[in-house]
Amino acid sequence: MTAPLLEIEDLAVRFDTEDGPVEAVDGLGLRLAPGEILGLVGESGSGKSVTAYAVLGLVRPPGRVLRGSIRFEGRDLLALPEAELRRVRGAGIGMVWQSPRTALNPVLTVGHQIARLLRHHRGLPPRAARERAVEMLRLVGIPEPERRARQYAHQLSGGMCQRVMIAMALATQPRLLLADEPTTGLDVLVAARIMELLKDLGRRTGAAILLITHDLGTVAESCDRVAVMHAGQLVETAPVRTLFRDPVHPYTRALVAAIPRVDREVALEPIPGAVPSLLHAPPGCRYAARCALATGRCRQERPALLPIAPDHQVACFAAEPVA
Amino acid sequence: MSIVLRVERLVRHFPLRGPAAWAARWRGAPPPAVRAVDGVSFAIAEGETLGLVGESGCGKSTVARCVLRLLDPTSGRIEFEGEDLAALRGDALRRRRERLQMVFQDPTASLNPRLSVRDMVEEPLRLHTRLAPRERQARVAEVLEEVGLGRELMDRYPHELSGGQRQRANIARAIATRPRLVVLDEPTSALDVSLRSRVILLLERLRERHALSYLFISHDLATVKYLAQRVAVMYLGSVVEEAPTTELFARPLHPYTRALIAAVPVPDPEARRERLVLSGEIPSPIAPRRGCPLRGRCPLEREACAAEPPLREVAPGHRVACHLV
Repeated sequence: MTAPLLEIEDLAVRFDTEDGPVEAVDGLGLRLAPGEILGLVGESGSGKSVTAYAVLGLVRPPGRVLRGSIRFEGRDLLALPEAELRRVRGAGIGMVWQSPRTALNPVLTVGHQIARLLRHHRGLPPRAARERAVEMLRLVGIPEPERRARQYAHQLSGGMCQRVMIAMALATQPRLLLADEPTTGLDVLVAARIMELLKDLGRRTGAAILLITHDLGTVAESCDRVAVMHAGQLVETAPVRTLFRDPVHPYTRALVAAIPRVDREVALEPIPGAVPSLLHAPPGCRYAARCALATGRCRQERPALLPIAPDHQVACFAAEPVA
Repeated sequence: MSIVLRVERLVRHFPLRGPAAWAARWRGAPPPAVRAVDGVSFAIAEGETLGLVGESGCGKSTVARCVLRLLDPTSGRIEFEGEDLAALRGDALRRRRERLQMVFQDPTASLNPRLSVRDMVEEPLRLHTRLAPRERQARVAEVLEEVGLGRELMDRYPHELSGGQRQRANIARAIATRPRLVVLDEPTSALDVSLRSRVILLLERLRERHALSYLFISHDLATVKYLAQRVAVMYLGSVVEEAPTTELFARPLHPYTRALIAAVPVPDPEARRERLVLSGEIPSPIAPRRGCPLRGRCPLEREACAAEPPLREVAPGHRVACHLV
């Protein structure tokens, strides 16, 4: 096995709220190999985005990283000084945010924004940076890139803005791309093209992608491996085929059963209950209150994430006897 | 089955202002306009859900707003319970609102932040019905129960509700007057996975119980497939294909429909599916068009496509506007 590009161990992120501490991410472990696409899925409030923020060192008060390590190319990002971290953020890790229009600077032309990044992180002279910015826009499939480079975010459609974000994230040739719901809110045809683009660029530049989404369809079509989060904890991780063929954790099964789909007739079954409040997180399995299989043990004791097959880990007592 | 809503050759253009319009007038050319809806026809029977799908900018929300008469159509007929809504004005139109309601995409923006759940659900009853105050209160309690909002939430304000509860309040308000037709414009798009499936099931249950008809507008094909009995696909202001839902998904005929369905990701990594890819972007709805609206993007394009294809019936209830079918 190749050395992991990104290795998160026992990560915990706490937010100190007026009502008490909330552990939005609790004991998360993830590995991402170079060139791999890992899908991080779960409902709103499961801690997916907070995980991405932690990787970028962008957790701000009232939030803080409580414990754990985030190793990127062998270096612990949590131990790096801010100046050093800024270099990693721009040049080593690229980020595609959820709402492209608000993530872009409204008072700079998109070409200028990309060029600025290149001057700062790659040290390119102004003219070369401008040319490379146009080239990046062409690479992500924006027609008439010279003209578009001179335009502002409000002059572009949602899909265009998202492509600009991707161009920006990839301009410095990062080894890791964090994509937080990159296609949410986009029309299907545009979304399909954005995903093709991400996969293709990942293949071409060898960048690994951490794809944060609640859309299992996108995961199935794009990812190599999947990690399922519930209430701040990892409940299952497996290669994509395994996860969809034999989902083991009841939450993973419930997620798959809760979505209408175009490829077959399904009886829609909403996931029972809601993501539990993390203010008073239950001591046992955090899914227990929603789970049809829960026993007394599940409510008392927290199941550990254990391997049930090579590269397939599950945190559920019901899955343990398989061995 | 009786027809509740029949829309015929609905057109809505938004005339442009400014230099482009002056230039056109000076040249004696027809005034430029955004042709948002360009001759759309469909009908919805009692107890039926018609799904209206298409990408942003295809005109589906403009159709909805014309049906509700929030916008005045440029031309065409909107026959609701046998009466042409397009010709009604003022009071006469307002009286129809009791039978014609709506739910919008953003559950927060469509609620008045200063009204409690009780007041906002009562409001349409006060405006559109002759129910006595006591009857109104009984009706409010009844519909809140139907949408699954408990009594303890009655006196809450929108900011005290979760996203799912807000959308339930919107639905309660829409069904309070016992309408025959509810226009649903992307009612589930702003919701998270688990809430979405619950709202879908709620809408389905209400339709069955009250024989409601829905005009369901969405770009989410999977949800449309679940809820609608029939689907109309819009592109650039026109309906390009319409069919019973099972037929449309099993045998989509128009290249645009095929591309749309093929682009929806399915949660099955081993699925083998057709891939039909359109090139380019949706053209501007301002430019006058000649021939098939999909011209220039369609991989199957032939010479015949230079002429505009009529919407014709190719199987019972299956209409398609394509020369190649």
